[in-house]
Amino acid sequence: MAGRFWRRFFSGERRWAALGILAVLALWEAGHRVYGDFVLPSPLATLTALGRLTLDGDLGPAILTTTRDALSGFLVATLIGSLLGGLAGRSTPLRAMLQPVATMLIGVPAIAWVVLSLLWFGGSGLAATFSVAVAVGPLVFAAATQGTRTVDGGLRMMARSFRVPLHVRLADVYLPHVLSYLLPALGAALAMSWKVAVMAELLSGAGGIGDGLAAARAEVDTARTMAWVVVVVALLLIVERLVIEPVRRYFETWRRGLPGEAP
Amino acid sequence: MSGEALVATGLSHGFAGVPVLDGIDLTVPRGGVLAILGPSGAGKTTLLAILGGLLAPDAGHVERPFERPAFVFQDPLLLPWRTARGNVAFALTGRRLSRAERLGRARSMLVKVGLGQDEAGRYPHQLSGGMRKRVALARALAVEPDLMLLDEAFSALDVGLAREMQRLVRLDAQERGVTVVLVTHDLSEAVRLADELVVLSGRPAHVACRVAIGRPSRLRDDAFVEAEIRRLAASEAIRDAFRPTLSG
Repeated sequence: MAGRFWRRFFSGERRWAALGILAVLALWEAGHRVYGDFVLPSPLATLTALGRLTLDGDLGPAILTTTRDALSGFLVATLIGSLLGGLAGRSTPLRAMLQPVATMLIGVPAIAWVVLSLLWFGGSGLAATFSVAVAVGPLVFAAATQGTRTVDGGLRMMARSFRVPLHVRLADVYLPHVLSYLLPALGAALAMSWKVAVMAELLSGAGGIGDGLAAARAEVDTARTMAWVVVVVALLLIVERLVIEPVRRYFETWRRGLPGEAP
Repeated sequence: MSGEALVATGLSHGFAGVPVLDGIDLTVPRGGVLAILGPSGAGKTTLLAILGGLLAPDAGHVERPFERPAFVFQDPLLLPWRTARGNVAFALTGRRLSRAERLGRARSMLVKVGLGQDEAGRYPHQLSGGMRKRVALARALAVEPDLMLLDEAFSALDVGLAREMQRLVRLDAQERGVTVVLVTHDLSEAVRLADELVVLSGRPAHVACRVAIGRPSRLRDDAFVEAEIRRLAASEAIRDAFRPTLSG
């Protein structure tokens, strides 16, 4: 039974994905053998360090804090970014006004936002939320603007000609098109949210995975550092697979069979 | 007759300073069928959009005493993310109908245009060009319009199917007294369906000639249609109107 389950689980694309991960692990192990424990602890040593973090009770609260920081900032960025982007897509003056602002904000290095928000909000959790929101928001804004701007004029005219109510027009004419721009951007924005959140925590020392990383660095504990990195990557993958991917698939069933899409 | 007809007076319109329509006057009595003919680029589609209220004319006025206008556009303009059934039901979302009623009506309307259960569940990109065109026609018929505006609605269909769809529109129009304006470059389609033909010509376009077709449309057989086409083609005004495209 179990054998059959695993055979099915690792069939097709998954088999290649597993092969890719195995290759990285093999390289990691090889690197460890060449450079030694201090520079690159082995995967096993990292796993042991991860186990120790779990047993010491450091892992759970850190994950919770980082998740809160990343997702709260991401949520604020998504709400404000897509709202303003949606409006800017429909209004030329608003777009002309907001686009340079967004470009400017994208140009500011994320680490600069972290430093500024630490000066403004101190060591409170708000610093991380703010850094994430302001670093990620412009990305969402740009995608929402582009999506709304390129909604098919013919479809809009068609909906108007049949006197379809506004809320249906928004949901059935605008949303599906805008989402094809927005969802990939949200995936990228989410990944960036974790990175910026960890960065902010590292400097603020107010808990979270970043704080753990700072402590591991202070103690020159490479294995523990690697363990934290593994945690961040795992979190990112889990959220991507559990949230973004299903949402994308739900909204894009109609694309099946289009040229260039999977059947 | 005012309030009982689609009346356009002195319509003029231009795009980016280039005049397209110049002083067009039209009257279509309720339940009447008007065909707008003319060489391509003559502004037929623009005129239809103005008559249907999708475009405000630069000058002139349209009296439109109708409540449920329906368009069939030159392109089918289907929502790519909705099935054929969903696309037809989409036009009904403004009505006080339950979702099930909307989908039910969409299904039966698709059957009328010759699309079965299987096609009804397909997305536009899974349908052929002619099928998409028929979905667009079903969408317009589904709203039980009192004014129908057809822009080359039968042009992507093969001859037999086009005739079948024309018959469907004619019967629907006669049964419910629908007022129809159709844009076409196909003289036989116009002669088969319309009570009156209006030929646009020139740049900006004006009405070059108007022709009334006497016999009721249900009594027009192939012989009548052919004779009528010959008569029209012999007319100097119609030949002149189409000449610009013929010469290049």
